[in-house]
Amino acid sequence: MNRYPLWKNLLILSVILISLLLAWPNLYSQDPSIEMTATRGVTITAASVTEVRAALDNASIPVKDIKLRDGGKLLIRFASASDQLRGQEAIEQTLSTRYHTALTLSADLPRWMTALGLKPMNLGLDLRGGIHVVIDVDLDAALEQALERNLGDMRTQLRDKKIRYLTLTRDGNHLVAKFNDAESRAAAVKALQRETQDMQVETSEDGDRFIAQLNLTPAAQRQIKDFALEQNITTLRNRVNALGIAEPSIARQGERRIVVQLPGAQDPGRLKEILGATATLEYRLVDTEGSVADAVAGKVPVASKLYYERDGKPILLKRRVIVTGDQITDASSGFDNQSGTPTVFVNLDGQGARRMRDMTTENVGKPMAVVFIENRTTTAMVDGKPVKTTRKVEEVISVATIREPFGSRFQTTGLESSAEAHDTALLLRSGALAAPIQIVEERTIGPSLGQDNIDQGLHSVIIGMGAVVLFMGFYYRVFGLIANVALVVNLVMIAAVLGLLGATLTMPGIAGMVLTLGMSVDANVLIFERMREEIKNGSSPQASIAAGFDKAFSTIVDGHVTTLIAAIVLFSFGTGPVKGFAVTLIIGLASSMFTAINCSRALINLAYGGKRLKTLPV
Amino acid sequence: MRAIKLPQFNFLSQRRKAMAFSAVLIVTSLLSILIQGLNLGLDFTGGTVIEVNYKTAVDLAEVRKALSIAGFENVMAQQFGTPRDVLLRIPPNGEANDRELSKQVMNALNTAAPNQVELRRVEFVGPQVGKELADQSGLSVLFSLIGILIYVALRFEWRFSVGAVIATMHDATIVVGAFSLFQIDFDLTVLAAVLTVIGYSLNDTVVVFDRIRENFRKVRRGTVIEIMDQSVNETMTRTIITAGTVFLVVVTLYFFGGPTLHGFSLALIIGVVFGTYSTIYVASASVVALGVSRADLLRPSKETVTDGRP
Repeated sequence: MNRYPLWKNLLILSVILISLLLAWPNLYSQDPSIEMTATRGVTITAASVTEVRAALDNASIPVKDIKLRDGGKLLIRFASASDQLRGQEAIEQTLSTRYHTALTLSADLPRWMTALGLKPMNLGLDLRGGIHVVIDVDLDAALEQALERNLGDMRTQLRDKKIRYLTLTRDGNHLVAKFNDAESRAAAVKALQRETQDMQVETSEDGDRFIAQLNLTPAAQRQIKDFALEQNITTLRNRVNALGIAEPSIARQGERRIVVQLPGAQDPGRLKEILGATATLEYRLVDTEGSVADAVAGKVPVASKLYYERDGKPILLKRRVIVTGDQITDASSGFDNQSGTPTVFVNLDGQGARRMRDMTTENVGKPMAVVFIENRTTTAMVDGKPVKTTRKVEEVISVATIREPFGSRFQTTGLESSAEAHDTALLLRSGALAAPIQIVEERTIGPSLGQDNIDQGLHSVIIGMGAVVLFMGFYYRVFGLIANVALVVNLVMIAAVLGLLGATLTMPGIAGMVLTLGMSVDANVLIFERMREEIKNGSSPQASIAAGFDKAFSTIVDGHVTTLIAAIVLFSFGTGPVKGFAVTLIIGLASSMFTAINCSRALINLAYGGKRLKTLPV
Repeated sequence: MRAIKLPQFNFLSQRRKAMAFSAVLIVTSLLSILIQGLNLGLDFTGGTVIEVNYKTAVDLAEVRKALSIAGFENVMAQQFGTPRDVLLRIPPNGEANDRELSKQVMNALNTAAPNQVELRRVEFVGPQVGKELADQSGLSVLFSLIGILIYVALRFEWRFSVGAVIATMHDATIVVGAFSLFQIDFDLTVLAAVLTVIGYSLNDTVVVFDRIRENFRKVRRGTVIEIMDQSVNETMTRTIITAGTVFLVVVTLYFFGGPTLHGFSLALIIGVVFGTYSTIYVASASVVALGVSRADLLRPSKETVTDGRP
């Protein structure tokens, strides 16, 4: 009796072996490293390795190792974080034109391990330093923008169909069109419904005015919001990637939030500038017929809009946009060949190029303007509360005469500095934000604090566990040793599953681990105490072993399940640190059930099962 | 076999005194929470926290002076762990959203003590996020209690379920009350600890309830109170060992886990002590007070199958 069948022993053994294998990479220390990628048009080769090594040798910075990696990346390992920072400086000084550098941590794994895809646990920002930013997306603004777009489309449509209307305006979250007669209104509604299913129409009369009120359908609203959020995530990802930070994480959180995590990054100011920037370019024709003086006085022609140039000079531009920022597929900065001023070189997509070619062909000899649009957010105190206002700044940065038709590739001058040209190109390249964003939470953790947290977290876990292990060994002897083995297996399994899921270990996560270890010990204590009771009641040793496990089983399950309920609630409601705690707790509870019951039982069966025992050494 | 011989106690005979004791604690906690409120951390209130590390021990008065010279009047400075670490709190206001805020503070500190200060972390939380978090936390406590209520009702009986939840709320209230009474910082990690205390307290309660259920079915003689006392006594060694080891671990966390884990481990220390106490004097006593009888647990159920084995 008290024997596990062979398959059960093998199963338990294989689970333990697989966990050990998965947890193995965590034993290797993580070195401060630099990840290098090549800029456009440059590839990383063996020659790059020599080049980088020479640059670092020149600055006399000790390097642990330089390796070529898949995907055209170069990984340089250093012994210390200060070497890493000095190394980055040295590389940026000499090679920055051809390579991007990013700080990262990298474990020095043997080749077979990387080949198997084994990785150490991700360390949270609180353990390795970095920036954590939560961004709120203004989805109402996205809806308003969508309505504005619809408004423009409707105007064009009504004009094309020659339907006469009195006014067409946006009023809050709906559009209002007024007509002189019911026929025009009916024709307009019909034309509109052929075009889109996104709008609901309500009609009413106000005296002799015939009104059509247009609302976005709930489905369309949801779609616009979802799209805006997804688009913003994509855009932010592009921008963050352009910053050159290794392993950035950008994820949706709930209905309208985005979490950006940048391990190793230390300059939140620069990050926020790039994340929050909403700059984009628009190309419009200049209205040469309307009078600028009249417009400044308030009489702006219907088809035009008043703008100001950077030096404050007013200028009238046509309302119709030729090309907007989202039709730009690529952009780079440089200097103009002739004037030497900072320039952005722009590439357009098919549709944009076609429009640009049509417009420039029709308007050779006429001036065209480039409008630089930026949303600037300012905070003011109103009644003691901070109120954020986002102001749209639109400036004409350049006006030039169209000398000949052009299409998909051209350049724009008029930027203030090469830095502005560089940033504008970056922003154009990564696309526009579909809705304004606001940073609602920001945490920057310095690398030294991260290291302290690791040290203190590990110390407390080791000391706490050590004390428990000593006590169990002393109090339960052989059975205590078995419980200790189960405890260690539990720890290994948590590490393995965390690595497998790609979950992140944070400081609260370590606390969660410590707690599950406590639960695990409790399970074994329950079992062993039951055995002692059975012995006291006169059962045979073998019967006591079986009864100890059987009777403690339901108690252990109840205890684990109730804690699991709390952990799952924490996981679903919590964010950030609480979630990290819940994840390790859930994993730990599951593995604790397995190790405390099955692993200890297997070991006890192997040690005592099938033997004639006079007493039980528990 | 070296089991410790424990004297048998009639725990539940003291239940009226214990109830009075618990009532005093609960009333004190609630009053403190109502009157003083909680010293909510940045996670809940919003604002900015800056942690800096000085090369040598620093006088807080000097830090405050340096900051007020630079125009930061509303900054709260406190020691954080060691005399070299200082935590600065800036309440939420329009200026706090300024992306340059941490830079300005660091400039002010650097001017006062050049090459002495290292920036350890900056955390900014918008007031809206903090409010949402507070709402979410309340909800998560409520939902975990409901979930547990249902589970225990299914596994045992409604009186046990109510007893378990009363005990759990008792523990959570005392932990939160202690943080209010002594005005200790209540941040997100403390909230996690409170939820852990709920889990721990329940685990402890369920272990004793399991034994009570078993004894109700097995022991034919004795009153309800006698059987409950017997069950508490039978599980006493386990209670001492488990509470002891968990206590050991959380005390280690308190002393070696660094200042970031102080609040967390302190909440757990209080929670472990009261979680163990409440199992006997709140959970079991409530079940008695609700008028449980042996017949309530004698219905045949799945559990009897496990219990029927040798």
